Amino acid sequence: MSERVLMKGNEAIAEAAIQAGCRYFFGYPITPQNEIPAYMSKRMPKVDGVYLQAESEVSAINMVYGAAGAGARVMTSSSGPGISLKQEGISYIAGSELPCLIVNIVRGGPGLGGIQPAQSDYFQSVKGGGHGDYRLVVLAPSTVQEAVDLTMEAFDIGDMYRIPVMVLGDGMLGQMMEPVEFKPFQGRALPAKDWATTGTRGKRKRNIVNSLYIEPQALEEKNLARLEKYRQIEQREVKYEMQDCDDADIVLVAYGTTARIVKSAMKAARREGLKVGIVRPITLWPFPAAVLHNLAETAKAFLTVEMSMGQMVEDVKLAVNGVKPVYFYGRTGGMVPAPADILEEIKKIYGGEK
Amino acid sequence: MRMDLCQEMILAGFGGQGIMFAGRLIASAGMIAEKEVSWLPSYGPEMRGGTANCHVIVSDQPVGSPIVVAPTTLVAMNRPSLDKFEDAVLSDGLLIMDSSLIDRKIKRKDIKVIKIPATRMAADMGAGKLANMIMVGQWIKETGLLSMEIVKMSLEKVVSANKQDLMDINIKALELGYQY
Repeated sequence: MSERVLMKGNEAIAEAAIQAGCRYFFGYPITPQNEIPAYMSKRMPKVDGVYLQAESEVSAINMVYGAAGAGARVMTSSSGPGISLKQEGISYIAGSELPCLIVNIVRGGPGLGGIQPAQSDYFQSVKGGGHGDYRLVVLAPSTVQEAVDLTMEAFDIGDMYRIPVMVLGDGMLGQMMEPVEFKPFQGRALPAKDWATTGTRGKRKRNIVNSLYIEPQALEEKNLARLEKYRQIEQREVKYEMQDCDDADIVLVAYGTTARIVKSAMKAARREGLKVGIVRPITLWPFPAAVLHNLAETAKAFLTVEMSMGQMVEDVKLAVNGVKPVYFYGRTGGMVPAPADILEEIKKIYGGEK
Repeated sequence: MRMDLCQEMILAGFGGQGIMFAGRLIASAGMIAEKEVSWLPSYGPEMRGGTANCHVIVSDQPVGSPIVVAPTTLVAMNRPSLDKFEDAVLSDGLLIMDSSLIDRKIKRKDIKVIKIPATRMAADMGAGKLANMIMVGQWIKETGLLSMEIVKMSLEKVVSANKQDLMDINIKALELGYQY
């Protein structure tokens, strides 16, 4: 077993990316994720990689586009406002079917907002963000260790399906330190990148990286082929954690760091004899809809808790499909829900006040 | 005093007093002792206003929320920090305060209060910046959660490679705080 080290979430994500073979980082600074580029600027030169601080987020994401097209393991990172600037590029990367990693360490919004933790970029991450019919695989770690493991896996998921992958954290996860272990990276068996623009050397037909299809029929065919890929991902890549749901009257649904706070509330509720469980989506897309749909048979109600005004709750409602009531509790703007407040909400549902 | 196996601490003071470092030292020592730990810094505008703080959890259970709402121990190194967090301390909890920088009386009657003139003691030993280590030394003695040996091992890991020459004076400050 390798040694446990105490690391900030941001630094751990950067180290995990390097250990997973990422050798290109293009970014632009923004709080609360600055430790990622700072770490990369120190480490990349030591592994013969490229760290480049671009002149803007728009530039950084287009550098990612170029490197991904050439078959490189490449990533960028930012926080809400910077991720908004990157949306055009993300759409092009998705349209060109290229793999890359985008890390969003979310802060309160909208606009420049604040720098404290938030989950208000859920819609942007899982419902498009940029223009056009496309998806990102969105991974939501709740501990620093999970941030490491998912960052490593993100590159393989991206390469396997030729899809951009997002790791969605928040300021708390980025800034906090926890012990982490870097297990030797065991990658998946991956298809060769025979589509990459690596130079033909006069020996093969040239590869073209492109998202422009003027003929609507051709574009529809492209999109439908991509839809088929998305269906595969929905079947194979859903991840979630479920705890104490067998006898639960109320199923709590929360992701990322909020799920940790919800677990503290859940423990307190159980001590008072209240039967509550939790489903923690680890992949936000593909969303673990089936498990929630099935739980609607046994649970009496659902309570979604988020650091937003109510975003993931819409996907929970779609999954539960009106079979049982779905309630919401959230804090926004960088405020973080307290376990006692969540417990209060649970009691309100029990008491019929909601 | 509470002798929990779990410490949920808030360490707070001015920026520059080494609050963050003291918290990391304890979290890292907890990790070496094979406990579950978390360290969460304040990174907002408050850092400029007088209460740079960090939340540290050392537990036998996996850490749920890394945010400490009701600390078992408050380490307060200035008046604004005491004002901000005194009411939050858990009943039967512990307050360790730097009495060379805080002159007011403590309102709470249900917590154990230890006053230690850490900043003056640090200045007396010619290491004005090590009041934080004196506070940690006193915390080690008072809680008994982690041994001095473990904290010294942690210090070696937390002190950056180019500052290893400061190990001895840090250890001296830890011991001074422990002996107070």
